[in-house]
Amino acid sequence: MRNQTVKAAALVAAGVVLLAACSTNKDESSGGGSGNQSSSCDQSKGTLVVGVIAPLSGDLSALGAGIKNASQLAVDQANKECKVPGYKLALEPLDDERDPTKGAQAATKLASEDGVVGVVGTLNSSVAQSVAPILAQNNILQISPANTNDALTKGEDFLKSPKRVWKTYFRTCTVDSFQGPYAANYLIDKAGKKNIAIVTNGLTYGEGLADTFTTQAEKKGAKIVTRQKVGENDTDFSSVIAAIKPFNPDAVYFGGEYPGAGPLSKQLASAGLNVPVMGGDGIYDKAFIELGGKDGDLATSVGAPTDTLDSAKAFIKAYDGAGFKEGYSAYGAFAYDAANAIIGSLAKAIGSGEWSSDKRDALLTAVGEYSADGATGTVKFDKFGDSTNTVLTVYQVKGSDWAPVQTGKFEG
Amino acid sequence: MTTLLQQIANGLVLGATIGLIAVGYTMVYGIIQLINFAHGEIFMTGAFGGLAVWRFVPGVKDMDWYFALPLMLVGGVVVSVTIAVLMERFAYRPLRNAPRLAPLITALGVSIGLQEAVRIWFPDADRSQSFPREFVKTQVSIGPIEVPATGLLLIAVSIALGALVQFYINKSRLGRAMRATSQDPDTARLMGVNPDRVIVLTFVIGAILAGVAGVLYGMHVQTLGVRAGFQNGIFAFTAAVLGGIGSLPGAVVGAFVIGMVKTLGGQYLPGGTQYDYVWIFVVLILVLVFRPQGLFGESEKVRA
Repeated sequence: MRNQTVKAAALVAAGVVLLAACSTNKDESSGGGSGNQSSSCDQSKGTLVVGVIAPLSGDLSALGAGIKNASQLAVDQANKECKVPGYKLALEPLDDERDPTKGAQAATKLASEDGVVGVVGTLNSSVAQSVAPILAQNNILQISPANTNDALTKGEDFLKSPKRVWKTYFRTCTVDSFQGPYAANYLIDKAGKKNIAIVTNGLTYGEGLADTFTTQAEKKGAKIVTRQKVGENDTDFSSVIAAIKPFNPDAVYFGGEYPGAGPLSKQLASAGLNVPVMGGDGIYDKAFIELGGKDGDLATSVGAPTDTLDSAKAFIKAYDGAGFKEGYSAYGAFAYDAANAIIGSLAKAIGSGEWSSDKRDALLTAVGEYSADGATGTVKFDKFGDSTNTVLTVYQVKGSDWAPVQTGKFEG
Repeated sequence: MTTLLQQIANGLVLGATIGLIAVGYTMVYGIIQLINFAHGEIFMTGAFGGLAVWRFVPGVKDMDWYFALPLMLVGGVVVSVTIAVLMERFAYRPLRNAPRLAPLITALGVSIGLQEAVRIWFPDADRSQSFPREFVKTQVSIGPIEVPATGLLLIAVSIALGALVQFYINKSRLGRAMRATSQDPDTARLMGVNPDRVIVLTFVIGAILAGVAGVLYGMHVQTLGVRAGFQNGIFAFTAAVLGGIGSLPGAVVGAFVIGMVKTLGGQYLPGGTQYDYVWIFVVLILVLVFRPQGLFGESEKVRA
């Protein structure tokens, strides 16, 4: 009996590991805008849906909420201003919990609905890898505000022989093959760091970012003293810190997001290795500082600082006016532009006709030709679906917030 | 050399944390042959209890650590014990005579339920929280290495509580009742032992240790999320199996073995920290192949 119980327990333990990914939290509070304002527009032809796939619960919910709210704002404005003649637009936000399996479920659900014209999302590159093929199969337009992994648009061999992967996939942010090197240039030339340790969390985004960072850093003559990998949900970094400490790095570059980066920074300092941690757009959030990010830590993020852009002022004003509970965070402006690109292209593709699945090709063509001034600058896509806006900004932790220290483009 | 010592220190701290949780797994199994998968969540709720004291009890933030820390520990233990007792009463007791698999699946349900409950009802718990450590910042230098005071505290508390529980079970009256119930519940009842009381006591002891571990661990890693219990719970379960489930010293030794294997394996074996989880389970498989009852487990015997 006892033996059987232990066996059963071992089986169940294996099951638990799988189940862990399934523990869900369906908390779909609609923050702010209702989308139901009575308007004088002609909405006689029905309702079309803009989907959102982002982490709305879990550790990255701060970023996901910004994406959802900004998309909501774009949809509400479109309804008020009659941007798509004859139709009312609605937003359908789905939670991916930064889990590729959950993302695939969300994508499948959206793909099954005829009225879905396009999808804003995802946040994580790893989730995009499972979401994009499903949407592509159903010919549904997807514009990501935040995926920075190069392979999503140009394929695995993106440096030597770039090849468009999904014709339905676009993004409004720039890519890691600019972001990683831009970070390396700053860290080596401006901050004067020469011995850099790299820690990644093993996900698509962090690995890709660390790779492009490494290439440029070595070209610049800096030494990558060690590269370590941690679990994506780890919060105890004592053993990885002990592993990098003997190399005496003068900076640590982290490929991953803030739930790992914050505690890592704090624990590094506690272990007597008081060096700056630098990361990409995945750690550029106030939550990084709350979780332990310290003065002097650095992050690159896509675009220019939102609140300094003239083109963003209208967005910020409208966002603040809409009374959302959460801030627009790192990707709000990009999500707003993505949603507007979907809406603008939709209006063009429909013209005075009616929406049907046959219009999907026309919609994709319209996005390819789309060009407008958005909250992040000029919104326009190249032949791979990447944004033509490659501006990046380096931020540094000062007190309890991030302060921009350098904005520009990566130029070798 | 410094690195080796540092990793050993890290391994001991991790082992101490896992050990405190593993005691609960192994004791509950010893009494009612239930693998209580929700025990990791007891650890997590204990940590949140400590955090709640820090956040919501006025004045704690200004106290010296030797007042604030015990208060947080008490808060954590109160929460973890309450939840463990409720869990035993309403989830496991009604299933006491059901087939073995029923309480096991229930335990999984309780585990997920508790995670979600904390995520929904604890303010801001939908993402990782920063855990305070302001009042025990001290780093202790031992030879060439530095260990945070919280780490040493974890090791000391783990050994002390482990020894205390062992002593209690072997010497006290209720401890004797526990051993009796574990050997044969029916005969124990005939001898005047109240099994319900003994079982609740077992859950309470496990929860006290897990609650203490939760608060100290949160303080040590300075961050806390609802998933903290899951990962450490799996480690602790593995430790209990490795040491021989049902055996108290086995659970503690198994925990230290796992802590060591994780840190030293991550440092010296191929693959680096990327593969440290792999080595834990390689060791587990090797032990179970050659000694299926675990390091300290009793060998298989037929029981009515």
